[in-house]
Amino acid sequence: MDNVIQLQKKLVDYKTSLFNEGILDDQFTQLQQLQDESNPDFVVEVVSLFFKDSERLFDELTKTLDQQNIDFNRLDAHVHQLKGSSSSIGAQRVQRVCILFRNYCEGRNIEECLKCLQQLKREYYFVKNKLETLFKLEKQIMEAGGTIPVQ
Amino acid sequence: MSRFMRGGEDKAVNKDGRSKIRALVVDDSMVNRTIHHKLLQNLGIENQVVGNGKEAVDAHSSGNYFDLILMDMDMPVMNGIEATRRLRAMGVRSLIAGVTTRSLEQEKQEFMEAGLDDYQEKPLTAAKLVSIIHKINQSSSTPR
Repeated sequence: MDNVIQLQKKLVDYKTSLFNEGILDDQFTQLQQLQDESNPDFVVEVVSLFFKDSERLFDELTKTLDQQNIDFNRLDAHVHQLKGSSSSIGAQRVQRVCILFRNYCEGRNIEECLKCLQQLKREYYFVKNKLETLFKLEKQIMEAGGTIPVQ
Repeated sequence: MSRFMRGGEDKAVNKDGRSKIRALVVDDSMVNRTIHHKLLQNLGIENQVVGNGKEAVDAHSSGNYFDLILMDMDMPVMNGIEATRRLRAMGVRSLIAGVTTRSLEQEKQEFMEAGLDDYQEKPLTAAKLVSIIHKINQSSSTPR
């Protein structure tokens, strides 16, 4: 029981830090509120979709930026998609880089677009790592017979 | 008289207590389709999801009717503006709410002029969805 309590506290503190550091925003809370008994893995499912979709978009962005004549409209369309999905799951820092990236697409600035792609990947893998840690903590609590604390 | 009563917090039900609102989610992002589907489901609204404007138009071709359509703007094959125009030209009277990340007035204006009843910026939340659903009640007796 002590172990469960400790894990629960660790989870609450960890989650709080993600919000305080601006890694996640209120939209993530909205997702958690949608989860219920009929779909107890909803958040993990949606976030997994986000991971899959983002990695596909990174491939597309890399391919588009590799072209001799860069199609900035296509580039912008991909970034727009990533902006949409990152905002839907509350990945605030990823969303913010997308906004910057779109400005550089509009300005047809290849160098800054390339830098943005790298920054985007860094932010994405950072939030991915954080979310995977969060889900591992939740799983540990469930396996120890505890419940996930509601904030 | 409204077709719908409030049956518990944020639930849209008819006078027999059964949900009769049917919705169509139109979005090319699987992340958004999944979230919007769940948002509607949690409000007791039966809904289908499609991935672009053409699929939305096709969903109506066999006589299907939806009280509410959540329409994304940027989609491949057929975007939300074109899909909204086509649906209105077909005589579809559903409440169509544009749901998009676009925020410029000009972009919003173009989408509204295509035939939207409402417009919400993404990300969609339960509160935004409830405000859209209220319009179904308000518009149910207003001829188009």
